[in-house]
Amino acid sequence: MIGREQLEALVQRALALSDAEQTQVSLNAGRSSLTRLAQNAIHQNVAERSCVISVKAVFGRRIGTASTTDASEDGVRQVVARACGIAKLSREDKKFVSLLRPPSEAYPRVAAYSERTAAFDEQQRAAAAAVLRDAAAAAGMQAAGVIQVQASERAVANTLGVSAYASQTQAEANTVFMSDDSAGFAADHATDVGMIDFARLAETASAKCGESRGADAVDAGEYTVILEPEAVGALLLFMVRVGFHHVLYRQGGSFLSRKLGRQVLGRNITIWDDGIDPRGIPVPFDAEGAPKRKLVLFENGVFRNMVYDSYTAAQDGRASTGHAVPFVGFGAVPTNVFMQPGEAGMDDLIGSVRRGLLITRFHYTNLVNLRGVVLTGLTRDGTFLIEDGRIVRPVKNMRFTHSALQAMREVEMIGRDTARLGMATLPALKIGRFTFTGQTGY
Amino acid sequence: MEDSDLRAALDVAVAAGASYADLRHNHLLTESISVRQGAVQDISSQIETGVGIRALVNGAWGFASSCDCDAAALPRLAREAVAIARASARVQTRPVTLAPTEPVEASYRTSWRIDPFAVKLEDKVQTLLDAERLISSQRPRWRVATRLIGEAYASWSREHKHFLSSEGADVVQEITECGGGIAGTAGTLQGIQRRSYPNSHRGHFATAGWEFFVELDLPSHAAAVGREALALLRAKPCPIGDKTLILDSTQMALQIHESCGHPVELDRVLGSEASFAGTSFLEPAKRGSFRYGSPEVSLTADATLPGGLGTFGFDDEGVPAQRIELVREGIFANYLTSRDTAPLVGDAASNGTARATGFDRIPLVRMTNINLEPGDWRLEEMIRDTKDGVLMEANKSWSIDDRRLNFQFSTEIGWEIKDGALGAMVKNPGYTGITPDFWSSCDAVGNRAEWRLWGTPNCGKGQPTQVAHVGHGSAPARFRGAKVGVER
Repeated sequence: MIGREQLEALVQRALALSDAEQTQVSLNAGRSSLTRLAQNAIHQNVAERSCVISVKAVFGRRIGTASTTDASEDGVRQVVARACGIAKLSREDKKFVSLLRPPSEAYPRVAAYSERTAAFDEQQRAAAAAVLRDAAAAAGMQAAGVIQVQASERAVANTLGVSAYASQTQAEANTVFMSDDSAGFAADHATDVGMIDFARLAETASAKCGESRGADAVDAGEYTVILEPEAVGALLLFMVRVGFHHVLYRQGGSFLSRKLGRQVLGRNITIWDDGIDPRGIPVPFDAEGAPKRKLVLFENGVFRNMVYDSYTAAQDGRASTGHAVPFVGFGAVPTNVFMQPGEAGMDDLIGSVRRGLLITRFHYTNLVNLRGVVLTGLTRDGTFLIEDGRIVRPVKNMRFTHSALQAMREVEMIGRDTARLGMATLPALKIGRFTFTGQTGY
Repeated sequence: MEDSDLRAALDVAVAAGASYADLRHNHLLTESISVRQGAVQDISSQIETGVGIRALVNGAWGFASSCDCDAAALPRLAREAVAIARASARVQTRPVTLAPTEPVEASYRTSWRIDPFAVKLEDKVQTLLDAERLISSQRPRWRVATRLIGEAYASWSREHKHFLSSEGADVVQEITECGGGIAGTAGTLQGIQRRSYPNSHRGHFATAGWEFFVELDLPSHAAAVGREALALLRAKPCPIGDKTLILDSTQMALQIHESCGHPVELDRVLGSEASFAGTSFLEPAKRGSFRYGSPEVSLTADATLPGGLGTFGFDDEGVPAQRIELVREGIFANYLTSRDTAPLVGDAASNGTARATGFDRIPLVRMTNINLEPGDWRLEEMIRDTKDGVLMEANKSWSIDDRRLNFQFSTEIGWEIKDGALGAMVKNPGYTGITPDFWSSCDAVGNRAEWRLWGTPNCGKGQPTQVAHVGHGSAPARFRGAKVGVER
């Protein structure tokens, strides 16, 4: 860790070098380590120290951006000069009003940093990988997967007086256990790597893989489905990307366009973004330095709030909601999403299905139709046929082509347990109708 | 940083116990402009520079990278890579063996005529604004409220790469890339349609200079992009059923990428992507005998082709760029390999496709320029020879299963083919299939004159994710009995 004092000094030094009318400097620095497992062996094991300095310079309404990984004095001077030079040569952006003004509220206190995660070294990652390997080998399976820990610091400041600093850790583990004809998946995310139970992940993946053996095909068509949280996340990710994409929202291309205050999802669906909730990836401020807070996106299916950064907020006459992201073109994005859990246990969900499918997760999901958020993708790592309220057999993987929006309007039951997926914390869902359009043969 | 500092870092790795070590010191400058709806949306400039060291200890890999290029930091980085490798060795099934390669001292540079960094930014912006205006100035022939929004994009980059290995390799390369494109998005309350030129997903890119962007001649194609985006709003839906399908070379690029390029990556075949992007149906036992496609289908990987995004002098293990037969007249022939994967299938040497997207990423087996070799047909002959079919152009959406078998792709635009002639424009065209069945249904491949090498700058693989730049050469091709019309 570079440390608050040094990071803030670097940011202020960069601000002082700028001759622009307004300047924003952000700095993201940290260490990320990742161990990858395949066929019961570590085949990739990497660590990186990164430091990215990003500068946004503004002359009137002309904007230039530049970034560098070179934090030397020369590197900082050059990146500021490049941003200013670009801005001077750019054209006026009539939509631009101002960089973020200093927020009136204090930044929230966030439990985002774990010493245990920051100190989790290559020997500990190898030990965790060995837990997965040993469990797979004992079951006659092959384990693949990833164990990643990150410790990072962020500082952002601008010439209007914004100044923010935060440190953060993240840990992630996922594994796929494979036999000759089946696979099983398990994953977890946490701020504190101590929250991740590698033995439990191994147990889950092993059980899934074992239960998936000897799968037969079922016909494509419409099924009731129980989507485990990973599968729900795949649908929700696209809904969020498309729905809250500000350009689409303004143009009428988003399913949320002109729908503020109106019913867009099922009445049993409540979704919010809460940047400071430690169950997700908490952080006290966004990429511009706007404070994070809880924002209800959908309440009982009603679209309650759009997300904004300072640029998109100005276009709609609103204030930033603290959802700026560091990359250009997306506008604001919810990054710590939660869905209100229900009361059903997994047994209740499965028990309620006369004939349907239990889906562990989806693979290579992609958008087919923007407005309806029609997606296609494939099941993987554990797909099961449910008949008369119980799992009767594993089934071969299938391709779905279905509207995520329609799915969220036809949720019949919601699980009480949630899973941490990183950007979202979600329950399992029972969806009345879900359309499968093809088969894989395995 | 001096070369001697870099070599000293390798010495530290070897002294610490590495049986092999390599180091990459890269400096990448990327600049881009995007223009939208009459305004500059973004002009940005990014520098990514740093050092990555890879060490092999007790037959296991470790890698450490840092953007801190201070000479004093390098020995620490080397020791860290070695420590990580030692930890890897705790969970091993067999030691890594590297296929031998001649350590070379060489330099290489992709060619360009006009340095993209020397062209005035104002001129670039003006070209894009001109093109965008020509898109968005098109008007619909109806009164329903309709939006048409133009976009234009250009980017150019230059990467200096210095590779050193403990075996004595010392390779300096300079890779310059350039490209851009335009798109129009038309929308009413009933739907949205998008049309692009010269390719979707931000255009066309090459290892070239600004002359490549100039030759794209975006303003000359802008009005047609706007008109077609509008026309698609009123086009009839793509027919549904089993049809003869002709894909233009842009969609062929994506078809090749997903259903040939990825499944022949040997690391994926051996399971390295199993928990993430998946594996491959092309198991080693299939090499040399498996019918991947019809006899019309011959696919190659060629990193030596001038101008491709997968063109280089040496891969990131110092192995020279090569041309490889992947599928010979329909029979699966070869994988893409690296030094540590080639021996696992009995190959004596890597075929030079280990590529890293930056100093902070390890080399993975990656596509270079993956090409469908040209056939004898002209596109108009294919159409004339088709009784009932659909012509599809420009990729819009893609999805394929975790063994690269079941795919579903959709394109921006299509046209019916009836009795040997192009018919009505169709919207939301798409098709689905199973990889070897689909390629086995290929009965016509376009000729050299219609063959084009496309640049794909967004190939994702690996954890941490690496987004590689790869090339795909193809002419249009025809497939019988394809399942078309998949969008609901």
